[in-house]
Amino acid sequence: MKNRRALFAVPYVGWLALFVVAPIVMVVLYAFSSAAGGFTLENFSRMGAYAVVFARSFKLALAATLICLLIGYPVAYMISRESQRFQRVAMMLIMLPMWMNFLLRTYSWMSILENTGLLNRLFSAIGLFRLINALTGANLEYFPMINTQGAVVLGMVYNYLPFMILPIYSVIEKMDASLLEAARDLGAGSARVFRKVILPLSLPGVLSGVTMVFVPSVSTFAISKLLGGSNELLLGDLIETQFVGTAYNPHLGSAIALVMMVVVVVCMAVMNRFGEGEEQAVML
Amino acid sequence: MSAKPSRLNRVLMALVFLFLYAPIFVLIVFSFNDSQSRTVWQGFTLRWYVELLQDRAIMSALWTTLLVSLLATAIATVAGTMAAVGFFNMKKRWRGPILTVNNIPMTNADIVTGVSLCLLFVAFFAGWGDFTRWFNSLQGLVHLPTRLHMGFGTLLIAHLTFDIPYVILNVMPKLRQMDKNLIDAAQDLGCTWMQAFWKVVLPEIKPGIVSGALIAFTMSVDDFVISYFTAGSATSTLAMVVYGMTKRRISPKINAISSLLFVTVLTLLIVVNVREARQEKALEERKL
Repeated sequence: MKNRRALFAVPYVGWLALFVVAPIVMVVLYAFSSAAGGFTLENFSRMGAYAVVFARSFKLALAATLICLLIGYPVAYMISRESQRFQRVAMMLIMLPMWMNFLLRTYSWMSILENTGLLNRLFSAIGLFRLINALTGANLEYFPMINTQGAVVLGMVYNYLPFMILPIYSVIEKMDASLLEAARDLGAGSARVFRKVILPLSLPGVLSGVTMVFVPSVSTFAISKLLGGSNELLLGDLIETQFVGTAYNPHLGSAIALVMMVVVVVCMAVMNRFGEGEEQAVML
Repeated sequence: MSAKPSRLNRVLMALVFLFLYAPIFVLIVFSFNDSQSRTVWQGFTLRWYVELLQDRAIMSALWTTLLVSLLATAIATVAGTMAAVGFFNMKKRWRGPILTVNNIPMTNADIVTGVSLCLLFVAFFAGWGDFTRWFNSLQGLVHLPTRLHMGFGTLLIAHLTFDIPYVILNVMPKLRQMDKNLIDAAQDLGCTWMQAFWKVVLPEIKPGIVSGALIAFTMSVDDFVISYFTAGSATSTLAMVVYGMTKRRISPKINAISSLLFVTVLTLLIVVNVREARQEKALEERKL
């Protein structure tokens, strides 16, 4: 009886094979072949030229993930301590920006960060540049903010912060309140309760938050193009130009995508292993 | 959790929300700006809204975005719930690996999902071309089109591919939490399995289905990267139009459409929230 009901999953398993597994097989096939057909490793040997881009992508994504964690964890924690009603509204407010496509929101940052943008206008209106120029003798008219790595990281943090807050919040919110009470009854101060109980128990949320911020950050191409200009090329931009851009070469693009995917999967596996260890330690 | 929020906490939270909403606020304010500039205020106007309604490209992109998101959400909700029921009844030996594959679209980078689907579609179209040329030359009765392109169909397939896993992810835990005796009880009382499903299982897992559908819709509306690689050159979503404009100049019409979207979503959320709050209140009063 039970097995027959499993048949409900059959169409979707077919779908998975066709549109999840087969495309990845295609990427692997393309990565190991040349335009003329036939097996080659040339796509990978050519990749050394892009080591700088790889390094930059991972550096910026790591920075964005850390900042998201530093902001997102306290926010998730604070929200979970508020009333039910407040919590629901806060969650809605965090989800709401996502319903405006992320490109629209990133575009808005362009007008804030430009050299003649709103922030620089604000600084100049309050006389900040005059002050700095008077103090240092420099001749500053604006802060160069757009087209820098900082702007790209800001764009990543802005877009993916909700992905950090949501999983951490949902783990903390589901936490058994009696555990905290027990810790307090046994004489732990609130700092100790946090360090010994809340933090370890919220680790699964942190791990999934880190994944959900790091993966889109390391592979983004629109954010870097809008806020980083043409100087701060990232892995995503590199892959994009191989598929739709001027440098059309899906074989090289697939190889880059494959390497990126493998590096990310390895990172996540290591992190999850580490996280599981922690969890078990807590259970014991 | 004990509620003892300090004032400092509130201030910090307010700052984060300011950070999240400042760009949206800027976007809305400059949709009323009487100038092409996106940084200098030149006076109030509604002309961008008027021009927006006359802009065929943006309106059709809006239509494509809404249609693909709504269709993908509806289909993904049904298919995902069905698949979740199937997985739930599956032997663990099979379920584990399949759920791992199911997680791939969620954990994989969007760009990898996008380009891999793009490669698949291109390869399929090439194969289809060869097949139809052979098939058409074989007989003269049915003429199959030999050239297929990426378009709305491939866009929809791509959206379904990343939407369904979210529905499954939300429905599975509800199935696990459900008291299994309920189904047995319903069947003992004379329900067929199908009746038991509609009358017992479905109401139990409904919160999971609703939140799954909501997340699927959010992901569809928010997506740019996967659509970009799978929609082809003739079909555009709103995000693709914006991206195309960044190479030249972004029109304030984009600000106008963003503001309209934001206000619509905000209104919807407020209505839903107020209704939920009222229902909860009524429930509490009844309990008293």
